[in-house]
Amino acid sequence: MSGTAAGVEARLPIGSDLDLVWVRQHVRQAAAALGFGLVEQTKLVTAASELARNTLVYGGGGEVETVRVSDGRTQGLRLTFTDHGPGIADLEQALSDGYTSGDGLGMGLGGARRLVHEFAIDSTPGAGTTVTVTSWVARPPRQREES
Amino acid sequence: MNDDFSRTGAAPVPVLRLGDILLVTLQGDLHDGTAEQLQQDIVEAIARSRVTGVVIDISGVEIVDSFLGRVLAEIGANARLLAAQTVVAGMRPAVAITMVELGLTLPGLRTALSTEAALELLGRPDAAAPRAPRQEPR
Repeated sequence: MSGTAAGVEARLPIGSDLDLVWVRQHVRQAAAALGFGLVEQTKLVTAASELARNTLVYGGGGEVETVRVSDGRTQGLRLTFTDHGPGIADLEQALSDGYTSGDGLGMGLGGARRLVHEFAIDSTPGAGTTVTVTSWVARPPRQREES
Repeated sequence: MNDDFSRTGAAPVPVLRLGDILLVTLQGDLHDGTAEQLQQDIVEAIARSRVTGVVIDISGVEIVDSFLGRVLAEIGANARLLAAQTVVAGMRPAVAITMVELGLTLPGLRTALSTEAALELLGRPDAAAPRAPRQEPR
């Protein structure tokens, strides 16, 4: 993997729908620089868009931190979305498809989880929510028909 | 909503009329406010111009998240209530793969691989149900 020595770490505010555009553009550039394929880039950017919108709409704004990570064999991109909003009382429910407390399609959290390799959520009612996702470059695909 | 444009610097999406069809070409990364404004513009244009079809070309769109997906679905539903059909054209393969995984399959919207194919679909409503064999463009 070349051209990544400078790192892609950044901390971006999420306070308006213009910020969502910056988050998407930054994540796409960072993923492309790490060597993510087009489909994996698209999945990660889409997940980032869902999570950033959650931070904005439900968390009342916050920030995302992007960090380049390595597990020794491959590199990845880790995104941590943090807000200090009302938090989520029932995480299981919030992660299930079709659930929404706003006017979305209810795909936000559960859908974003399917688009990344690793997903973690930590939420304290009244204190805020932190969602951390990681995707890796060129992970062997899940077991499925591969021609 | 118009105030949002000056605040965010996002340009509205042009809505062109071709005969009795509206052609909308989405490009790049859409602000939420721009997408919502577009929805309103299309509905007003349908009613004003009495068009019977709407083609939304998304070949220049890099991602469709649940917000933009909802906007597209609502444009289709609005158009249907105003007696117009909507076809979403030119979705990128990576976008289609991601939308399915996200759980966003937009069952109410018709799709076509290109704007040309979408216009053909709308121009021949009786031949539209079974998809006509299409020529590969390249």
